[in-house]
Amino acid sequence: MSAVDVVAAILFLGILAYALFGGADFGSGFWDLTAGDADAGAPVRTLVDRSIGPVWEANHVWLIFVLVFLWTGFPRGFTAIVTTASLPLAFALVGIVLRGAGFAFRKFASTLAGARAFGIVFALSSVTTPFFLGAVVGGVVAGRIPADGYGDRWTSWTGPPSLLGGTIAVLTCAYLAGVFLIADASRSGDTELAEQLRRRVLAVAIVTGIVVSGGVIVLHHYARTIFDALLARAVVLVVLSAVAGAASAVAVSRRAYQFARFAAAGAVTAVVAGWGVAQYPWMLVDELRLDDAAGAHATLVALAVVGAIAVMIVVPSLGWLFRLASHTPSNAAHPES
Amino acid sequence: MIGHSGARVVALAVVPAASPPPGLAPAREQMALSLGWHIVLACFGVAFPAMIYVMHRRAIRRDDAVALELAKRWSKVAAVLFAVGAVSGTVLSFEMGLLWPGLMRRFGDVLGLPFAVEGIAFFVEAIFLGIYLHGWGRLAPRTHLRTLLPVAAAGVVGSYCVVAVNAWMNAPAGFTLAADGKVTNVQPLAAMFNKASYLQFAHMWVGAFMLVGFVVAAVYAVGMLRGRRDEHHRLGFVVPFAFASIAALCQPFVGHLTGLRLAKDQPSKLAAIELAPTTERRAPLRIGGIIVDGRVRGALTIPRLGSLLATDSLDGTVPGLDQVPSADRPKVNAVHFAFQTMVGIGSTLAVFAVVFWWRRRRRRDDWPRWLLRAAVLAGPAAIVALEAGWVTTELGRQPWIVYRVMRVVDAASSSSGLWWSFSAMVIIYAAMTVAATKVLLSMARRWRAGDPTDLPTPYGPHEPVLVGASAATSSPDSPDSLGAPEAR
Repeated sequence: MSAVDVVAAILFLGILAYALFGGADFGSGFWDLTAGDADAGAPVRTLVDRSIGPVWEANHVWLIFVLVFLWTGFPRGFTAIVTTASLPLAFALVGIVLRGAGFAFRKFASTLAGARAFGIVFALSSVTTPFFLGAVVGGVVAGRIPADGYGDRWTSWTGPPSLLGGTIAVLTCAYLAGVFLIADASRSGDTELAEQLRRRVLAVAIVTGIVVSGGVIVLHHYARTIFDALLARAVVLVVLSAVAGAASAVAVSRRAYQFARFAAAGAVTAVVAGWGVAQYPWMLVDELRLDDAAGAHATLVALAVVGAIAVMIVVPSLGWLFRLASHTPSNAAHPES
Repeated sequence: MIGHSGARVVALAVVPAASPPPGLAPAREQMALSLGWHIVLACFGVAFPAMIYVMHRRAIRRDDAVALELAKRWSKVAAVLFAVGAVSGTVLSFEMGLLWPGLMRRFGDVLGLPFAVEGIAFFVEAIFLGIYLHGWGRLAPRTHLRTLLPVAAAGVVGSYCVVAVNAWMNAPAGFTLAADGKVTNVQPLAAMFNKASYLQFAHMWVGAFMLVGFVVAAVYAVGMLRGRRDEHHRLGFVVPFAFASIAALCQPFVGHLTGLRLAKDQPSKLAAIELAPTTERRAPLRIGGIIVDGRVRGALTIPRLGSLLATDSLDGTVPGLDQVPSADRPKVNAVHFAFQTMVGIGSTLAVFAVVFWWRRRRRRDDWPRWLLRAAVLAGPAAIVALEAGWVTTELGRQPWIVYRVMRVVDAASSSSGLWWSFSAMVIIYAAMTVAATKVLLSMARRWRAGDPTDLPTPYGPHEPVLVGASAATSSPDSPDSLGAPEAR
């Protein structure tokens, strides 16, 4: 394995972590948005607040991790993406800003009206942001980002592959978050809330399944390189993802929520890993190879070392944070009162 | 180190582009706005955990309930500021590519390593801040207190890394430029630990403690001016003010050492700072004044002091703008003004700190109104000084983005439409400023009223305990239903 491959692998692990943790985080905004009015939606929103409150900032740092590894390890790929897909990235950026600020301010807002306004901002931008990020991925896999950057400002991210990527991103986030929220609710003994969410999560699961199946046709037409690789090199992961996804949906319908959680995370992991395997060795499919996008060798070696140190420091401390957050008693939202 | 002299030869031979890319002006404005905004929050990330640590430790050691309450409240303020800082920091990492693709494409692998380390530091900061914020009542007191240490350490590492990149732009190192302009022989560690980075970091680090210390102290000074002279306000004032005072007394020395480097490494910046049209031995110090048509007007001159300050010698040579080709000169008057603003405020704050503690030695904690008023002013003044310092170093480096290697013009995005993104940023940042201020003020108001700061749930059914019961239950949307009635 060359230094390029090692850094690409670390970068991709970051993307995978962001898809899982950031995805569940974004997705909870979907459930917040669709929870209903202030009274009816309160239980769901409380659950969202409790589930992601302690961890959302940490979940969000994966994106920064991905960005800095991308521009340091693969400066040519990075600039090609940002100069071409500047619009969806700017929209995603606005979403990230509004989402974080909305979530933080909602918790401390002084009035109900204020909290509601911040809440809507949080929830709406939680849905739009993964769409735009998914749209950029769609542009990358469809070969619409030219190697030298400054590609078409619109068609690079508005084509069918991008719409597919954005939609799948939103649905996957929502599904992942839904399963996590149900598991949280049922673990803290709130079966009523779990029941209430269960049917909606199953509906999202079915829609996701349909969109993903239909997406195969889109990829066949518009992103042949990745389509072929998905059915060849990455086929095991694709099948695994389908099986795990189906298993988690079945588990939700049978109320085996803790298993559903693992299966859903496994499905997302497999599909993202499948994308990575299928895309290798391209940085930008059909346009720029990882080797050609990469920066200096010395930098890649240094990045690999930093990445290894990061894993040693971040993983155990993140584990502590998640443990602390999951053992939160239900009244712990107000430790000072 | 490597490639610096080679870079000079190549760079000087390059003729500036005839017409700047359309992205240049908006990219500049947007970067200035987002960096200038984020830097204030970044200071809180660096310095606030240390202050919370001291307060929390006092609470545990002395079993001090007032200190504990302060530590709790500060940690909630930190939660809001860190959340906003996290998003404005993300904005900056997008902007590195969206606004300056020319820089990142050529030098991304040279300057990127500190950013990668900063990413890890930021991770540690976010994780342990999360642990600290949610550790109240859930962790053993001493363990809980110790979770602040990684937060503070990560703040130090992270700010070193970010400042190191900026220092690298001032003192490029860790690469060689080939004759055709290609970047070769990349050594990321040499770039990360470039010669300008240590002092520039020290200057920023101390500045962060000045800013946060004076700003937090100012909040409690306002409270005392409004008659709330209790132990809570006294302690909330003294601890941050002590941090700020130590920082303010160190800063002139650190700043001086930082400036000494310029005579050799960045003469154009020094010439602008000193308002020096010509290179002089035994140069005077010019206070105020502007340069019009190459001549200094309206400055108060003190003989020889300029040489002493810039070179540590009464007859040292201070470089003038005549050493710099006219196309490579920064905006002299703006740099000079910004620098003097920083030094003027910084020196005043140092004097103020001395006056304060000297008075306090004799008459404990009987603070007259004028002293408290001055302490209130010190908060915003410290912010202005810090911003002025960044304006000095950034404008002083112009027209280069990487000193004598790459011009800002060549780094900027060539896409049109960046004015739109700049306008959007102005609106969003203005809204975030207003929202953050309102939220923090309302938190303070509810603390004073003795109410819990969190809504019972994110806008859910709530117990109408604070206002007339029937009105609140019949209208759950009533804006007053959760506030403190007497504060309205």
